[in-house]
Amino acid sequence: MEILMSFVIGILFTAATYLILSKSLLRIIIGTALLSHGAHLLLLTMAGLKRGAAPLLGEAGPYSDPLPQALILTAIVISFGVTSFFLVLAYRSYQELGTDNLDKLRGNDSHE
Amino acid sequence: MNNLVILPVLVPLLTGIFLIFFNKNISAQRWISTVSGLLTIVVSGILVQTVFESGIQTLQLGSWKAPYGIVLVADMLASLLVLTASIVSFTCILYAFRTIGKEREQYYFYSMVQFLMVGVLGAFLTGDIFNLFVFFEVMLIASYVLIVLGGTKIQKRESIKYILVNIISSALFVVAVALLFAVVGTLNMADLSQKISESGQTGMLTVVAVMFLIVFGLKGAIFPLFFWLPGSYQAPPTPVTALFGALLTKVGVYSIIRVFTLIFYHDTGFTHFLISILAGLTIVVGVIGAVAYWDVKKIIIYNIMTAVGVILFGVATMSTTALTGSIFYVVHDMIVKGALFFIVGAMAVLTGTYNLKKMGGLIKYHPALGWMFFLAVITIAGIPPLSGFVGKLLIVQGGLEGEHYVLAFVVLLSSLLVLYSVMKIFMNGFWGETKLSLKEEKGTTKGLLLPTALLLSLSIALGIGAEWFLPYFYQAAESLMDPSLYIEAVLKE
Repeated sequence: MEILMSFVIGILFTAATYLILSKSLLRIIIGTALLSHGAHLLLLTMAGLKRGAAPLLGEAGPYSDPLPQALILTAIVISFGVTSFFLVLAYRSYQELGTDNLDKLRGNDSHE
Repeated sequence: MNNLVILPVLVPLLTGIFLIFFNKNISAQRWISTVSGLLTIVVSGILVQTVFESGIQTLQLGSWKAPYGIVLVADMLASLLVLTASIVSFTCILYAFRTIGKEREQYYFYSMVQFLMVGVLGAFLTGDIFNLFVFFEVMLIASYVLIVLGGTKIQKRESIKYILVNIISSALFVVAVALLFAVVGTLNMADLSQKISESGQTGMLTVVAVMFLIVFGLKGAIFPLFFWLPGSYQAPPTPVTALFGALLTKVGVYSIIRVFTLIFYHDTGFTHFLISILAGLTIVVGVIGAVAYWDVKKIIIYNIMTAVGVILFGVATMSTTALTGSIFYVVHDMIVKGALFFIVGAMAVLTGTYNLKKMGGLIKYHPALGWMFFLAVITIAGIPPLSGFVGKLLIVQGGLEGEHYVLAFVVLLSSLLVLYSVMKIFMNGFWGETKLSLKEEKGTTKGLLLPTALLLSLSIALGIGAEWFLPYFYQAAESLMDPSLYIEAVLKE
């Protein structure tokens, strides 16, 4: 099962890298979302997929490690917040700058 | 167990939440921010003194025992940086009163500064590597808002890049933490250190170490990962740039120091050699940028990179002398970079431009500003008895003892070029022909001199009173060189 998950994570990272390297801002944001999904799944897989009972008193051991779940929950909330912020920013800058093409977002001091 | 440890995080957090309710009442916001800034400084000062007198302080959150729960640890390095960061942010708040503008003040500028401080101070104090990630994110999300607040075109353009770079580095951070957890099975830094020294630093762990170096290097803007820095830091208004320049890169540097002295210190032949090479290249690139540009803000921004390189060189050397120097230099650099950004910002307020070629002769009507800049210049170049000298002396001394002759030479040479790059601002901006008469000036420096003077006098005190301050820095370096002190304080309570 872990091996299968590793492939899934690999595919997610590949797709994310491909999307982030494209020029359209929306594709880049989807890419970052996929990237964080990949990272979260990696966190889950690295700690070992479900090995035993739920870690509650009264259940017969051996227990699964609950820590990765807590870590993933935190990471998901953070990436959710950041992605939505990024989407809003992209929308606002599309309205104002009139483009979502990153090539056209280049500039230096003279381009205020 | 000492509840004092969490206060530097708690005070800005509560203030930040409290300030949200006063978003239309600017004077109330200013008063609350000032009082809370002072309170944070006082609390951090007490923390430094407590650590100095009775060793490393820890706090187990929710009373969960150390390797299982999250633990906050205030050792000397962390508490010194907490104190410096709270002083710098306090002066940034004072500076913002006159420069940030009513619009930004109404849209939660002050609360965001407080939330940024929560992230920064929390990152210094935490003793758990995943919790470090969380505090990084708190800091980053506040910084996203601060960089985009105001919404000018250049801010939008640059903030997209800034956010993208940081999201990718956050994902890498999670990946690095996952791999570390898979290999060692714990996330508490003290426990990690202990387990790795028992089992040895295998090849896989060195890979994880380099991943952490990439993640923190992106934040700290070391050599191949600095590309986002000049653009992003240039976009927001001066107080925000000063906050970012003085604090955010230093959080990255702090994390590198922490991780590579506490956890991954067994394979120094590879990791620390790599850091020293990158440090050298960072210094070179920073100096080239600083010399090349004629935009005053950019010159100072590239000087941040040079400073990061110098600090990391001290870290890579891994000797008590060099580490003391590095820690001293971090503190010095936070203070003096803040002051430099303030002065450059004041120049821009007066002339309405950042282009050095359009300035000139400012010292005629603004002697105080001019001489303060001169003081900052000789401090940053490391002329004795000012604070830059002490740090550089110790770093170079440590470097020579460790037989890193080439890099020690690079550090010394960089001082000269740094001096040239900032002297260029002094010669062209303050001396020369006066281009603007008093009436033609775009603004006044009223209220901008006080925070600058505060930081500069601190920097001078740090240099002249070095003998008096150094025991603190020695203690910090000693506990970095001997991880067992840290482990004992955290796990044996």
